[in-house]
Amino acid sequence: MRHKTFLWFILPSLAAMILFIALPLVSVVVQSMYIEHEQVLVVTENCGPFGCTQESSVDTEATAQLRAEQPLGRFAGLATYFDRGHLASSEVAEAWANRESLGDFFAELYNLPFYKALAFTLTYTFVVTPMVIVLGLLIALGVNRLTPALKGPTIFVSLLPMIITPLIGSLILFWMIDAQGVIGKSLQWIFDDPELSLKASPPLTWITLIVYGIWSGAPFAFVVFYAGLQTVNSDSLEAAMIDGATKWQQIRYVVIPHLMPLAVFISLMQLMDNFRVFEPVVGFSAQANAPSLSYIIFADMRSDITRFNSAAATSVLTVIGVTILLAPVLVRTWRDFKGKAV
Amino acid sequence: MSMTKLSMLGAAAVFMGTTAYAGCGVTSGTVNILGNDFAAIQAVAEGAKQCAGGGVTVESNLNKDYRDLQIAALTANPAQYSTVVTTNAAIVPLIGEGLIRPLDDLIAKHGQNISKNQLITVDGKVMAVAFMANAQHLFVRTDILEKAGVDVPTTYEDVVAASAAIKAAGLMEHPFATTSQTGWNLGEEFVNMYLGFGGAFFKPGTAEPNANNETGVAALNMLKALTEQSNPDFLTFDSNAVQASWEAGDLAIAHLWGSRGTGILDAEGSTDEVVSNTVLVSSPTVGGGSTPASSLWWDGFAIAANVSDEDAEASFVAMLNGISTENVKANNDAAVWLVEGYQPSAASAGVLATATGGTKPYPMIPFMGLMHSALGAELSEFLQGSESAEQALADVEAAYVSAAKEKGFLQ
Repeated sequence: MRHKTFLWFILPSLAAMILFIALPLVSVVVQSMYIEHEQVLVVTENCGPFGCTQESSVDTEATAQLRAEQPLGRFAGLATYFDRGHLASSEVAEAWANRESLGDFFAELYNLPFYKALAFTLTYTFVVTPMVIVLGLLIALGVNRLTPALKGPTIFVSLLPMIITPLIGSLILFWMIDAQGVIGKSLQWIFDDPELSLKASPPLTWITLIVYGIWSGAPFAFVVFYAGLQTVNSDSLEAAMIDGATKWQQIRYVVIPHLMPLAVFISLMQLMDNFRVFEPVVGFSAQANAPSLSYIIFADMRSDITRFNSAAATSVLTVIGVTILLAPVLVRTWRDFKGKAV
Repeated sequence: MSMTKLSMLGAAAVFMGTTAYAGCGVTSGTVNILGNDFAAIQAVAEGAKQCAGGGVTVESNLNKDYRDLQIAALTANPAQYSTVVTTNAAIVPLIGEGLIRPLDDLIAKHGQNISKNQLITVDGKVMAVAFMANAQHLFVRTDILEKAGVDVPTTYEDVVAASAAIKAAGLMEHPFATTSQTGWNLGEEFVNMYLGFGGAFFKPGTAEPNANNETGVAALNMLKALTEQSNPDFLTFDSNAVQASWEAGDLAIAHLWGSRGTGILDAEGSTDEVVSNTVLVSSPTVGGGSTPASSLWWDGFAIAANVSDEDAEASFVAMLNGISTENVKANNDAAVWLVEGYQPSAASAGVLATATGGTKPYPMIPFMGLMHSALGAELSEFLQGSESAEQALADVEAAYVSAAKEKGFLQ
């Protein structure tokens, strides 16, 4: 394809990408560098059913004028990025200077909202992603060996966790793991501990969310691997069999190498998705024990006073986090590509 | 609920049959109501809908997440909703952003029946019309308390002792619950307790926080003593969850919103044993204080600034119809109405007792919302036992300060 034709060919999607992906990103970056105007406060007499009080209120007119002059607010540079709600540079420096031990330093770090969210988000990402790949592969290998009559229903059932909307899936599980729910009660019975609650303790909440993440992510890996299995060259498999390879050796030396590029693809997608984990945190009401980066953005946006600038800064940090996570995989893919091209 | 609905339908039938829209007196305009979702507000919205017909359309979106919608929805021009049912806390950002209009001219034209104490005035201008009072107060199960041999508690110290007695008697494992879900609910519990101890959230005349002190520590310790009597899942309890536990008969004492009274006392979703033994009493005092450890709230309606005068007038008139004496009488038990013609009932006894006890109203301060968010986010670690009270309060202040700087309240 000539360059000019190619350009015309991708122009519509390029335009859409600039409009819907690049520009919003730029706007978020810009917003994250501003903070709001100084609020002009006055003391007014406010009256209601419970009497009158002298209270501070915002001088709407004066504030509106400030806003009209500078619609974006005050330029703060990177100040928001380094405040306590985000990277908390001064708090971290202080914790490091006053540390009694390394554990003590990490405890201090964990007390800061951004690092607490980062700790959960990273743990979730790095546990769920490999588990999803392994489990997806196992399901795909299993389903592939079923008789044709059983394949259809099994595939449908295996896909269910992906079909169910994440929020609904997590809410249903949330009710089931309730101390009164079927799973919660069963666990209490199995462990003979009437006080056992999956919602109360942080480690159990983390485990619950991670199990949910694997449950809802595995079907995606399964579908991709299952499609890949249909393209395994039967000649190679037969050759391996003739050479006396066991079932396990066939999988290890023929099937898995064949599926490797798919595994890279799945880990890319899963790393991205899991780093932005959000629905289960809301569904399981886990904001106290397991806030994620996406959840703290959400929390900034959903209160009486929305904090766009703070939310924007966290968003940018999340994007940077995703980029760092994906970098090794992307670099590898790029090298492979260059290797093939030459 | 079915009784309320029946009586509402009855009232609607009377309206339709006799006065066919004449009671509303508007002929054109679009009314769109945004508000919280509980029995009293449903009744008001239904009342407002009686004005629909001719050139008037009335629609409503009642939603427990209305606070998250209201700013964006009213900033749009024209606004998505012509009127919002709001509260003393939720109205503050609306006033701060200039999203609701002064009602003085509309009141002069249509509001002859509004009593003076319903008017919410800020700096001399009426910004909203209140129609009901709400507060968190105690719900108690008299049969369980009797079996445990304790009186109805009047102080939080009694609540803890009574809960312990119920547990010791083997009647219930976790007799107490309150709306302690991390976030807004937990923040509200601390606000109640801190006000009960006589605390002030800010240094006088400034936006500087003032929560990390002995009063704050005492309030937190009391909250912790209470949550120890509560189910270990307490950090996930919102009003719906507490109501459900109550109706299931799993609780003996709860600190819950008065607006839940009707739902709990009706025959739906519960057993006769629970309903007939449920009594609504005042919120308790704490730490030897004289006023109940709760905060008073009003619910009222405000009219959006970014709508046409025609729609504003139609909305005002329709909402007045929603809080008319007839409608209030038809829904007498749904709330503690501030409207003339209201007869106090069993469902409202708790709110009334709490209000007459001299409880303080929730502070109507522009930066209180930021303090509330900080409290809601930073207190759960202390309640779980992984942090000291002083550390939790220091975290609250630090979180508040960074938010207040970003919003321009502090420099």
